[in-house]
Amino acid sequence: MSAVEAAGTRGGVGPILSVRDLHVSYETREGPVPAVRGISFDLGPGETLGIAGESGCGKSSMAAAVLRLLPPEAVVSGEVRLDGEDVFAMTPGRLRAVRWTEAAIIFQGAMHALNPVWKVKHQIGEAIELHDPKAAGKTRARVDELLEQVGLPARRAEAYPHQLSGGQRQRVMIAMALACRPRLLIADEPTTALDVMVQAQVLALLAELQTDLGLAMVFITHDLSVLTSCCRELAIMYAGRIVERGPSHQVFVDPRHPYTRALAAAFPTVGDPRFRKAPLGLPGDPPDPRARPDGCPFTPRCPDAQSECSAEEPNLRVAGPGREAACVLVGRTR
Amino acid sequence: MNPPPSPLLELHDVHVSFTAGKHARSGSPIARAVDGVDLSVDRGEIVALVGESGCGKTTLARAILGLEQPGRGQIRFDGEALPRSSKGLRAYRRRAQMVFQDPTGALNPRQTIYESVAEGLRIHKIDGDEEELVAGALSRSGLRPPEQFFLRYPHEISGGQRQRVVIAGAMALEPALLVADEPVASLDASVRGEIIRLMLGLVEQTNIAMLVVTHDLGLAWNIADRVAVMYLGRIVEVGPTEQVLDAPKHPYTEALLSVVPETKRMEQQILQGEPPDPTRVPEGCRFHPRCPAFANGEAARLGIAARCESEDPQPISVGPNHAAACHRNTASAAEPPGTAHGT
Amino acid sequence: MTSATVPGRGSITWTRRRRAAAAVWKQYWSSTQGRAGLIILILFFGVALAAPLISPSSGLDVTQADGPILHAPTAGYPMGTDEFGRSIWTLFIWGSRVSLAVGIAATVVAVGIGTVVGVVAGYAGGRTEGGLMRVTEWFLVIPFLPLAIVLASVLSRSLFTIVLVIGITSWPGIARLLRSQVISVKERTFVERARALGAGNSRIIGRHILPSVMPLIFANLTLTVPIAILSESTLAFLGLGDPLRVSWGQTLQASFDAGATSLGAWWYYIFPGFGIIFVVLAFTMCGRALEAVLNPRLRDR
Repeated sequence: MSAVEAAGTRGGVGPILSVRDLHVSYETREGPVPAVRGISFDLGPGETLGIAGESGCGKSSMAAAVLRLLPPEAVVSGEVRLDGEDVFAMTPGRLRAVRWTEAAIIFQGAMHALNPVWKVKHQIGEAIELHDPKAAGKTRARVDELLEQVGLPARRAEAYPHQLSGGQRQRVMIAMALACRPRLLIADEPTTALDVMVQAQVLALLAELQTDLGLAMVFITHDLSVLTSCCRELAIMYAGRIVERGPSHQVFVDPRHPYTRALAAAFPTVGDPRFRKAPLGLPGDPPDPRARPDGCPFTPRCPDAQSECSAEEPNLRVAGPGREAACVLVGRTR
Repeated sequence: MNPPPSPLLELHDVHVSFTAGKHARSGSPIARAVDGVDLSVDRGEIVALVGESGCGKTTLARAILGLEQPGRGQIRFDGEALPRSSKGLRAYRRRAQMVFQDPTGALNPRQTIYESVAEGLRIHKIDGDEEELVAGALSRSGLRPPEQFFLRYPHEISGGQRQRVVIAGAMALEPALLVADEPVASLDASVRGEIIRLMLGLVEQTNIAMLVVTHDLGLAWNIADRVAVMYLGRIVEVGPTEQVLDAPKHPYTEALLSVVPETKRMEQQILQGEPPDPTRVPEGCRFHPRCPAFANGEAARLGIAARCESEDPQPISVGPNHAAACHRNTASAAEPPGTAHGT
Repeated sequence: MTSATVPGRGSITWTRRRRAAAAVWKQYWSSTQGRAGLIILILFFGVALAAPLISPSSGLDVTQADGPILHAPTAGYPMGTDEFGRSIWTLFIWGSRVSLAVGIAATVVAVGIGTVVGVVAGYAGGRTEGGLMRVTEWFLVIPFLPLAIVLASVLSRSLFTIVLVIGITSWPGIARLLRSQVISVKERTFVERARALGAGNSRIIGRHILPSVMPLIFANLTLTVPIAILSESTLAFLGLGDPLRVSWGQTLQASFDAGATSLGAWWYYIFPGFGIIFVVLAFTMCGRALEAVLNPRLRDR
């Protein structure tokens, strides 16, 4: 039985990550700016959740909030439980112990997050030794093991970051994230700056690691098409909230929220004649968290906007088996 | 009866090399960024130049705009070779313009939108009421009312609007050729469609020739009439979009399409490793060390394996206006092309 | 940000410049350091410029001095007198003119040469840059004092020599700073865009590179002036300055020669000394405040 199967369906062992009504806002000179406005989801052990959204939707704030890595001017409320433990109630000592050993993050722009004057082996080694000082003698062996897991030859440990290509640096970041054998991996735009072929390699690697190690994964990106292949469930974020959720393939092929439809259309299917010379985009821009209109924040750009949309922001409502969407049109015949 | 007009832009056997490292010493490796490219772009046509990083597409685009000098080969614009003198280049730049990948970096943060758009007009001392010309360019780029943007700074407008400003600045000169380097890569996904629509509209209205350099096959499918696929300094396949992206004839194009998540269900061919750097171009077919058709024995079955290792393939016609530089497509291959790939 | 009213064509640039200047001023004035420094400087410059009105230059003439010799400060002589009976107050305000003027002139020379060398080296690259940088390093290594002494003995001992000496030894630092800044700006996409639009080198330097490095030049300027003033004071104190011109350094030297320290004539050296300290401090405070205002701009939001 593979690690994923052993982890079982949700409810069998309890979710590894449980987020309830998470709110994150930033204190600025002009007042509080809400970035995340009430996100809730569960992630079972070994499961994958994809979160899609564009700039300003709050996805990176949400990722950082899980491990309390937000800057001091961030105001957080709600509940985040890692394997049942309340993250916001942890003492700093416990938090440090938990970070990286229970859950690890691969940040956006990870390729630039490597220290340019340290060799790769020291950077990965640092992650190991911070959590287990007694392991000092065995660090090198573990580093080699990790590099092999991510598909890099062991001699790459002697390299400096600038000697590696973008794809290789990303693999090093993944190796660092796995150093302390976490059960949850949060990947924030891990393949964004990579070429299509290298992106495919990294995605295949992540899928492999996920199966072999039974990792639960939260995969955050703006590239909706990537998520359909590697995540079982998908959540679409807009203006700080989840506006649609459901099994990834269904959400992509048959979206129930107008924003999801537009986002999916932004990644044209090559070979489909409907997309030839027919760009599908939305007018306007993703909303600025500082200046959000009343009612449903998608109204100004929504092709199906109704009169009631600017009055009240709709909550998530059932849109099919295992599917939800926050739109007044859900359930109505079109 | 007049012969058909020659294409606006023609490239013959263009080579651009760099010596790796700042100070050239004998023996320092030479990077063959563009290693023999033939390409043409017609008025009113959109050609997508597709490839991964390091394939030389950006270098080629810069050479077309006169920002790099080709070591060998010819670039002809409107029938004439590209000028080399600074005066000649300046005149050329009125007719061939560029749109950049990062609209935020492409605008001087200290200049207002008005000044950024007026820059080209002032350099070339264009006649006419400057304010009217700027307003017209902004308005045709979709920024209306244009006066509202005159005194704004780049950081005060969104990414999509910035790209429109860059496009307005380029189009204000009424060029005949527009080279767009990853025009939508830095933009939010939901905003891309509108910029693509703008570009398509511009081609329709002004009959401008457009070369779009990108790694995004979805964009190419969306916007291009023809696609040229580049690998390690060479164009390995070129032809009408429907042909190249729906019925590719080169193993590299096939592999690229198979890993693009948006393609119709295809078996993935994930190539190993990274493209070799341009200082170490493989012998024979430069793709053969990574070629799935070579690795899985197909080439051997077709009896061309030896040629793949020793002979640099030339573009071979595989359809109307469609060529691919692969030995599989030669008449001497044992099986006809098209049956050998995919499921 | 703005409504639809649009000024005429040329004045868009001026509107923008005015607005930018106003924003800089507002931010500068909000810094206590900047305010204090500026007020002190205004006081000193005001006094220096108004010198002929406050105290006629005849007060500098040794032959016309009629005050008590080496007398402590009194109502009539607020800073006391020197060994000739001249009012130190007169020496002070007339000396400030020389010190400030030399400081500014030397800075202008240093920044002028440094900017030209730095910008050309940074922009041109290649052998030009290499050559210019070698020259810069050569000048950087020259020790200030020996050069001053040599030049003072070879050339006439005048303010011009002093300005020259200070200028020659100060420009390399500025050149290096500017060169690295120009190199980083040169790589920015908007410079390439200007080139793609057809701009020539002079336009790119004038309209894109210089405005981007101008804040750095400016901040550097305000920090170089105090160094120049100190250098002038040092040279004058060592007797290398113009013997006919009164400056703070020269006053300090005179006080030394007159034995003011052993005679207890503290007013002779304290006041010029404080003059130097306060002016240098004020310039430094202004420079710091200016840097703080202009730095976010350098990072370009």
